[in-house]
Amino acid sequence: MSLKLEELTVGQEIGTRSIEVTRQDLVKYAGASGDFNPIHWNESFATSVELPGVIAHGMFTMGSAVQLVSDWAGDPAAVVDYQTRFTKPVLVADTTGTSEPGAVIEVAGVVGALDVESRTARIDLTVTFAGQKVLMKSQAVVKLT
Amino acid sequence: MTINPDLQGRSYPAAEVYDVGREKIREFARAVKATHPAHFDIEAARALGHSDLVAPPTFAIIVAQRADAQLIADPESGIDFSRVVHAEQRFTHHRPIVAGDQLRAELHVDGVRAMGGGAMITTRAEIFAVREDNQRESVATTTSSILVRGEGQ
Repeated sequence: MSLKLEELTVGQEIGTRSIEVTRQDLVKYAGASGDFNPIHWNESFATSVELPGVIAHGMFTMGSAVQLVSDWAGDPAAVVDYQTRFTKPVLVADTTGTSEPGAVIEVAGVVGALDVESRTARIDLTVTFAGQKVLMKSQAVVKLT
Repeated sequence: MTINPDLQGRSYPAAEVYDVGREKIREFARAVKATHPAHFDIEAARALGHSDLVAPPTFAIIVAQRADAQLIADPESGIDFSRVVHAEQRFTHHRPIVAGDQLRAELHVDGVRAMGGGAMITTRAEIFAVREDNQRESVATTTSSILVRGEGQ
């Protein structure tokens, strides 16, 4: 890993990423994670529990958003702490059979704080869908050299 | 339906062992659209100083949610899973999770607070490996807050 604390400044941007999501991605995440709640794959079930439609797993959004940090850090294991609050659902439209995504999540990261003693950087993520923040206080702590 | 306030302070001992497999790391990494080679290629992981494939930062949710399932399945908890909304999540890694790890999780109910007709429940899973000398090695601490919606919420 080549990131050095002394070369970083608070407020520095680490990059952005667009994550395209389809209903199939949610089925894949359900299988990989073991979270088979039908609100993430069945439209009629989702609407029966007063949701506007099928929504992404909060943990799918959290897990995919942090990839920006893993790649920036150069080693996924450098992410020693990661937290978020889930504030709004990501509604995923049924685009099965087309090449269109069902939703697009936008991720941007900035250096929020630097800790010289523990040699860590806190990366603050802004994660939005349809112009609204879906995660709040989304912070990843990266161990630096 | 009411949430049992006596849940606070309760803990559930580590049950089954979770064996972290290479293909599971690859599958989970693809599912969260991770492309870092340390999740897929052993040589790339070793070049970074890891003994085997490295799990993505949220992989521990698999182990944590299995531990949470004990609480949800506990008839004394009063939790209706169809009314559960994930409110907050945190992962603190004491060391990376790598393929070949054998993990166990001890679950603690740290907080239960009434919210409207429902309740916010905070759980903490202490995830550890058992070394060959039978000593516990802390791997990760995950905390999760779930909102159990009351009627009409």
